[in-house]
Amino acid sequence: MADLVFHPDEVKVVSKRFGQGAAAIDRYLELDGYKAVKKALEMGADKIIDEMKKSNLRGRGGAGFPAGMKWSFVPKESPKPKYILCNGDESEPGTCKDRLIFEHDPHAVIEGVIIAGIAVGAHQGYIYIRGEYRYLVDIMEKAIAEAYAKGFLGKNICGSGSGYDFECAAHTGAGAYEVGEESALMESLEGKRGIPRIRPPFPAVVGLYGGPTVINNCETLASAPHVILGGGDWYANLGTPKNGGTRLFCLSGHVNRPGVYELPLGYNLKKMIYDVAGGILHGRKLKAVVPGGSSTPLLTADEIDVAMDFDTLMKMQSFLGSGGVVVLDEETCMVKFAQRVMRFYAHESCGWCIPCREGTDWLKKTLTRFHAGGGLKKDIDNIQYLAENMLGRTFCPLGDAAAMPIISIVKKFRSEFEDHLEGRPCPYEPASVEQLPVMR
Amino acid sequence: MVVSEQLDKFFDQKMKNYPTQRSFLVPMLLYTQDELGYLSDEAITYVAGKVGLPELEVRNVVSYYFMLTTKPRGKFNVQVCTNISCMLRGAEEVYDHCQKTLGIGHKQTTPDGLFSLEEVECIGACSWAPAMQVNYDYHEKLKPETVDKILAGYASKTKL
Repeated sequence: MADLVFHPDEVKVVSKRFGQGAAAIDRYLELDGYKAVKKALEMGADKIIDEMKKSNLRGRGGAGFPAGMKWSFVPKESPKPKYILCNGDESEPGTCKDRLIFEHDPHAVIEGVIIAGIAVGAHQGYIYIRGEYRYLVDIMEKAIAEAYAKGFLGKNICGSGSGYDFECAAHTGAGAYEVGEESALMESLEGKRGIPRIRPPFPAVVGLYGGPTVINNCETLASAPHVILGGGDWYANLGTPKNGGTRLFCLSGHVNRPGVYELPLGYNLKKMIYDVAGGILHGRKLKAVVPGGSSTPLLTADEIDVAMDFDTLMKMQSFLGSGGVVVLDEETCMVKFAQRVMRFYAHESCGWCIPCREGTDWLKKTLTRFHAGGGLKKDIDNIQYLAENMLGRTFCPLGDAAAMPIISIVKKFRSEFEDHLEGRPCPYEPASVEQLPVMR
Repeated sequence: MVVSEQLDKFFDQKMKNYPTQRSFLVPMLLYTQDELGYLSDEAITYVAGKVGLPELEVRNVVSYYFMLTTKPRGKFNVQVCTNISCMLRGAEEVYDHCQKTLGIGHKQTTPDGLFSLEEVECIGACSWAPAMQVNYDYHEKLKPETVDKILAGYASKTKL
């Protein structure tokens, strides 16, 4: 399906088995498969969590929360069953990494789920895959069946000596970005509308079916077996301090060699664009970069000489997010880009809380009118004001996700908004499909 | 029965994986839709009976998920992604081309019932943009010319 790409700077950990037929369990076992689970059973819960903490593995879904810490929050004793959830509802625009993991290395995800289970004392895992990825659900179902047949799942996993039972099932969504949010995913898995839950209580205490739940991104869980086998220190040293390991960066947009590359955390963004991805299409100049999926604030061409890790980007008032690096060349209209981003969030807002439901829709309408040349000078400040009033005022991060890129675009590319004023059509692409009659 | 016996058995088996009866509802709706083409009134009655919920509650869930539809659509549902990564690589031309070639717009179906068209959000093919899905099959790195071939390929499938 999706083509694989290679670059000499890549450090292959999660992508080690890509393109090697590891979706079949026999091949996976030849490539050190299920060794990490055996080791984890010997180590026991506390040692696993220690290694995970040492590894500085931070959540690959976007928030960058340390995985070891998340696992340690689950209470040891619980009257209700505990659960492990794998979040494979990848739908952040610009992100296409989980697709490769499920396609090429489904057993690594299963292994990660089992290890998380041993670490927190859970006996049931669910792997949630978005509905559009039907072929991946089939691959995962097959992988789970194989793992049961070989005794890596079920009663007494890895042979009768372990005394540990673990059940795992694949689950599919049916098309909703919002379900990628942890509490909405739990609602969806319980067979309901994917409406986010209020927190606290956090999922580690009250999660799926009211039981303590660990929910991690697919890439985080697929990294866990490598941490266990290679050791936390080894994994941590691949990255920068507090940002352990490698991650899959999905390069897309105006670059010569788009693709998913596994690079160590802290890799220079400029090098990533000009060296790894082969520079900008048609030799054009760079205008802006989305560093981690459409919800992250944009960086301008002057800001790209940065180390791509969670803390550095946080200092730049942006986020590393989900690893979706989208590159925009000099001929991209930022107003149109903002409009497209907002159209997406307005489409995906679940309508549960008002700032997000009304804010996204209002912003979408304003930006659409603005791009068509019907903008007013006060709209520019109004867009900013609306977006700022969504920040931190919603149940789940979708409201923030919609507001953050818009705030950064208005701040950093204000002149482009001014170019659209007074009935002037878009200076970049006069014949846009989004054009509306000019309102005066 | 509304769905095949095989699918009904599959549901019975899958529902055992969960502590509550309604948990498998979302996949069940999607699989039912895959078999029938859309979620008819009968299909919703069947699913509601299966999970022990009122039909209204099932419809409530159906209305949340973008992939689920209660209206019939074409045999091949062409879903063109126009989100940011695809847009930057020319997805709008691809979508316009599909509209012209098929002679239909967003969420419409051709008179012969063969094709439906939809403009969709990110389908996770950003690095291979622009992309579209026809039913569940991915088609990536599209150009208007390659779209013609793909659509013709699907049209000829039904003639055989």
